[in-house]
Amino acid sequence: MATSAASRRWRTAGRYALLVAVAVVVLFPIWVMLVGAFKPGNKVLQDPLLPTSVTLDTLRDAWRDGKLGRALVNSTIVALIVTVAQVVTSVLSAYAFAFLRFPGRTLLFALFLATLLVPFEATVVVNRETVQDLGWLNSFQGLAVPFLATAFGTFLVRQVFLTLPKDLREAARMDGLGHLGFLREVAVPLARPTLGALALFGFLASWNQYLWPTVISTDDDWNTVQSGLRTLSQAQIDRPNLVIAGTVIVALPIFVVLLVFQRQLVRGLTAGAVKG
Amino acid sequence: MSRRWRDLPFAVAFLAPSLLILSAFVLYPLGRAVWLGHQRCDATGANCRSNGWDQYVDVFRSEEFQQALGVTVRFALLTVPVGLALGIALAVLADKHLRGIGFFRTVFSSTVATSVAVASLMWFFLLNPSVGVLADWIGGVAKNPGLLRDEDTALWAVAVSSIWANLGFTFIVVTAGLQSIPAELYESARVDGAGGWTRFSNVTLPMLGPTLLFAGVVLTSRAFQAYGEFDLLTGGGPNGSTTSLTYLVYGNNSIIKNNVGLQAAVAVLLFVVLILLSALQIRGVERRVHYGN
Repeated sequence: MATSAASRRWRTAGRYALLVAVAVVVLFPIWVMLVGAFKPGNKVLQDPLLPTSVTLDTLRDAWRDGKLGRALVNSTIVALIVTVAQVVTSVLSAYAFAFLRFPGRTLLFALFLATLLVPFEATVVVNRETVQDLGWLNSFQGLAVPFLATAFGTFLVRQVFLTLPKDLREAARMDGLGHLGFLREVAVPLARPTLGALALFGFLASWNQYLWPTVISTDDDWNTVQSGLRTLSQAQIDRPNLVIAGTVIVALPIFVVLLVFQRQLVRGLTAGAVKG
Repeated sequence: MSRRWRDLPFAVAFLAPSLLILSAFVLYPLGRAVWLGHQRCDATGANCRSNGWDQYVDVFRSEEFQQALGVTVRFALLTVPVGLALGIALAVLADKHLRGIGFFRTVFSSTVATSVAVASLMWFFLLNPSVGVLADWIGGVAKNPGLLRDEDTALWAVAVSSIWANLGFTFIVVTAGLQSIPAELYESARVDGAGGWTRFSNVTLPMLGPTLLFAGVVLTSRAFQAYGEFDLLTGGGPNGSTTSLTYLVYGNNSIIKNNVGLQAAVAVLLFVVLILLSALQIRGVERRVHYGN
């Protein structure tokens, strides 16, 4: 036992060394990207690992040539619409499945769950057609509409509603609270942590959509940040550090959002994996 | 009026928005894709007509579909096991109450913040034969023609980018799984004289079962649905060596680019493959998983 203190100290030092080494490897691409984004175009071949010359010109050019300001606005608006809509539609349908009795409930719920099995990638061929027929190419409606409801959100919120004690609804009924009142005053407040995770998740999923905007936005003015990066990378194939500067501009807001909402993120990611 | 019917108006009103969206953008497109997939169109996608259901068989047997299926399966085999193993390793490494561990956890989670476009362009920059740091270090094929432009290395290079991008997700999920393992289990294992490795293989891994199942299913379905990395890193090339099923349907360089009938047929077959896969995964793993409470 006497020797264990020294050996434990060595083991802790070893673990720190390993942690630092792994952190360096994980952050390496991010570091190279940052260094490249702040380099002037003619210096990009010099010292790719060190910020020996620093300029904001590359970032400015990427912002202008990639129309990234417009793309950021588009992405933000679409993601906010999707987030709010997903929370609302999920709460409503989850409430119906958890608290209401009506014929065909089990069957409908099974149908909801079945939609989880359909990969979005398998439906884009037809969804593009639908959106085109509605005249919604290059519009906020077109970018947002397929994502306004999710079976995943319905399922997640229903799970929370089912954990609420049955007496709660009975007591509320005695107090003269109808379904809308109960939903607003009791069910939603109690489900708030899950709704936070769901909102963050909806926002991220919408923000990160890649295939859909590349299909729906044929006009550069309707690019989201993801399809905007694609346009930029194809137009500026000879200026790699311009493209990487655009990538920094697009990546930054999400890094900040996730740092702020770390806890919701973990809750959302693990909702399917671990109980509690 | 019985309780069974009294709630009905509320149910209709509450379910209508979700039902409308899911029907119009999930169920209808699936049904319509199945229908479109059996129609033969000319090369420009016009003049489609029904011709029995043989087209599905023809598509499945075609060289292009078989190659794309092979690319997709190999991509999953390259990314999922390595991604899971790295995620577990990082999570175990950071699962210790040390000073500053929060910083390392944030770093290891950080790649979750990168979208597929961001991650792919970062790796495109690193691997770029003229300015890329990694290309310089590796040399040889990495300089000429470049890892992404060589038939033998392109899929590997895309896989590395994808593994890196998914690492944050796997790390977060496995970390949460580790934290839900009761400390007493480790204590009693220690009392029984189990060393570090034995504790890992006899306590940690079995208790992580449901978590790993979940992470594995998510990573596999992501691998099968991956599109952006192929679009941005290789454009399906060289020589179709990175044309996945999704790229075959939607890619700019795909040979069926304008043929809606064939696109729909491949999309439906992708759906069938994914269904079979999740059935297999869940059945195969469930037997060996320990569901703790």
